Amino acid sequence: MVVWSEQERSIINSIFASLDYDDIGPKALCRCLIVYPWTQRYFGGFGNLYNAEAIKTNPMIGAHGIKVLHGLDRAVKNMDDIKNTYAELSVMHSEKLHIDPDNFRLLADCLTIVIAAKMGTAFTADIQAAFQKFLSVVVNALGRQYH
Amino acid sequence: MSLNKTDKERVKAFWSKVAGKADAIGAESLARLIVVYPQTKTYFAHWKDVSPNSPNVKKHGKTVMGGVADAVTKIDDLKGGLLSLSELHAFTLRVDPANFKLLTHCILVVLAAQFPADFTPEVHVAMDKFLAAVARALAEKYR
Repeated sequence: MVVWSEQERSIINSIFASLDYDDIGPKALCRCLIVYPWTQRYFGGFGNLYNAEAIKTNPMIGAHGIKVLHGLDRAVKNMDDIKNTYAELSVMHSEKLHIDPDNFRLLADCLTIVIAAKMGTAFTADIQAAFQKFLSVVVNALGRQYH
Repeated sequence: MSLNKTDKERVKAFWSKVAGKADAIGAESLARLIVVYPQTKTYFAHWKDVSPNSPNVKKHGKTVMGGVADAVTKIDDLKGGLLSLSELHAFTLRVDPANFKLLTHCILVVLAAQFPADFTPEVHVAMDKFLAAVARALAEKYR
């Protein structure tokens, strides 16, 4: 079971309480598709992903980025049992979406970098550590039901 | 995933913007490495003070970033240009190459935090590829 310190809980809640989902969601997903272009394989029906500009201005990608980011809300609300909270979502990502779970890690890294860019020096090493710990638990939970 | 002409141009252009702060970027990146990935402290057991703000960490961050700066000037032949550094890492330091990825990530986080407007996705991918290529060159002599 994952053990969270009071400080870690506070950091995670604080980040998500002040998060601009409409801004960060699209930025994180776009960055993932640009920095790790093989992730585009899952977006065949999303229209023009031909170059970075097209990806950044693609409204379907933007909307999806917001959706994915909100997907983290349940983990924030259930930090003590992320594994079970995401069991169904994990099955869905495996059986319906067929996403290689390594991609969750790639998106998590891009999200970290987008948040770092937004928060600047306020994104201290301790905050980065807590945020990455949270994301790694989520990533782990999402990959857990693959078979 | 080797560096193409556009990658090299982007790396050189971005580096010219950030080079002035290389020492601070290095110190910050190394500090983050040991806080976010505590297992990396095992390589610094010979330091009395391994805290993120210690003089050792600052100095060593500067050294490491100096290596990155040097690599930018040798971007057209990283394997050849970083040969002696590769031998150092292979035979003396023997840092597990997995850690190069961790430090790369910390460097990218620091660049994003300090240069949010310049660290666009296009620059991000070029820098990620570049640092991965540097890591490959450093691991060249390992086995």
